[in-house]
Amino acid sequence: MDWGALHTILGGVNKHSTSIGKIWLTVLFIFRIMILVVAAETVWGDEQDDFVCNTLQPGCKNVCYDHFFPISHIRLWALQLIFVSTPALLVAMHVAYRRHEKKRQFRKGDQKCEFKDIEEIRKQRFRIEGPLWWTYTSSIFFRLVFEAVFMYAFYFMYDGFRMPRLMKCNAWPCPNTVDCFVSRPTEKTVFTIFMIAVSSICILLNVAEFCYLLAKFFLRRSKNAGNSKQQPNHENKEETKQNEMNELISDSCQNTVIGFTS
Amino acid sequence: MNWAGLYTVLSGVNRHSTAIGRIWLSVIFIFRIMVLVVAAESVWGDEKSAFTCNTQQPGCNSVCYDHFFPISHIRLWALQLILVTTPALLVAMHVAYQQHQEKKLLVLTGHADAKHMEEVKKHKMRIAGSLWWTYVCSVVFRLLFEAVFMYIFYMLYPGYQMMRLVKCEAYPCPNTVDCFISRPTEKTIFTVFMLVTSSVCIILNMAELVYLVVRACARRSQHHSNPSSAKGSFYGHKHSSEYKQNEINQLLTEQDGSLKDMLRRNSGLQEKGDRCSAC
Repeated sequence: MDWGALHTILGGVNKHSTSIGKIWLTVLFIFRIMILVVAAETVWGDEQDDFVCNTLQPGCKNVCYDHFFPISHIRLWALQLIFVSTPALLVAMHVAYRRHEKKRQFRKGDQKCEFKDIEEIRKQRFRIEGPLWWTYTSSIFFRLVFEAVFMYAFYFMYDGFRMPRLMKCNAWPCPNTVDCFVSRPTEKTVFTIFMIAVSSICILLNVAEFCYLLAKFFLRRSKNAGNSKQQPNHENKEETKQNEMNELISDSCQNTVIGFTS
Repeated sequence: MNWAGLYTVLSGVNRHSTAIGRIWLSVIFIFRIMVLVVAAESVWGDEKSAFTCNTQQPGCNSVCYDHFFPISHIRLWALQLILVTTPALLVAMHVAYQQHQEKKLLVLTGHADAKHMEEVKKHKMRIAGSLWWTYVCSVVFRLLFEAVFMYIFYMLYPGYQMMRLVKCEAYPCPNTVDCFISRPTEKTIFTVFMLVTSSVCIILNMAELVYLVVRACARRSQHHSNPSSAKGSFYGHKHSSEYKQNEINQLLTEQDGSLKDMLRRNSGLQEKGDRCSAC
């Protein structure tokens, strides 16, 4: 079970996300997980071996390293990425539950079920409305909370986002205040700032998605309130359908449509 | 998620690229990413452990290494490659959006069977209209990122050459000490190689940009010389209502007689046989 497996699991959720959700997932995998795996892990690879203190006292280096780095950046980022990507599984579980219900209906031979076979049920994409809307919005809310909590934890543990070159340590058994030198501090600062920046972008994307879902909810509610006053009109429906078609054709015709229909 | 994962993501985009775009993608993956993974990473693998300073002072090694190598070449190249390949995803997203629109249209016209849906997924999008702009933006971003990283490299490591010896006097080094870098010649060779492939990629991107612009201009002049095309500019005629209605009529004639009758009843417009002249 590694990042590749997480990618497989979350790829399935992608189908039921909004466009902003899909962009968020891409940013997560390419700019955070991939950077963590191909670059950041090597920078922090020798963090303890190359942590050097100006003393020959055995044990002083270990104690000082433990004092300044209670949990390594790499492990914190790995935890953050796992926690932040997991709420999407709530949505996956809800979708799986609805599919299961539809399959049960289909097998019972229920007349209301509009699908022709099991494959169609498996491939169907659910609209984000009703209880699924609530599940989706909760998952975004949890993502935001986890991102914020981890950013605060980083700031709190490492006093800002900069890695100092030199730390002064006087924990026992160090004989007095000794100088300890961190390996590759500038490179670590660069990557810390990069990961913080991408984390902020992900927070912005989540906030945007949250606002988009709220707006869609209120819009749908006002449309329903408006529609219930009118009489359902057969001609109105045909005209609406024709308008939608005309719009789609004028948007896409310069690229492809005529080509493949002939 | 590693380089193989990125390859999977980007190979999908390949289908909607121009020929130069495909060559560029191959150069990126074979001459840059693969060289980085199989060769460069082992050359720079012991960069810190084999960085030796002529002193016993603890900490002097670390501090001098950090002073001369604020960020390692390998990480810079990894960031550069990730940022340079990512604009292609803009194109992939736009193509996915257009395919979604086409599928919606198929559903509305009642042709939502498996064969047509498969055709939508498989057929190649022409780089025209808004997709042309997205594609050009992605090429411009690629060029920008390449140029920015080459400049950063030049700023951090002037001359692109790796020194054999550097002199360091940062605290806690007691005075000016000599520090020796591991494998400087091999590092110089690989730096020059990556620089050359980066320049080749820049040239390919510029060629692709020129090709796209020339193609768009050729298409535009073809419109102006074609008498049956609609009046107005390349953008103006796309929005004229006559042009739109022609396209709708064309599509409906080809597909479903009953829909055509419904259209006639609702709007009373004549059918015309013009083909889509923007294609």
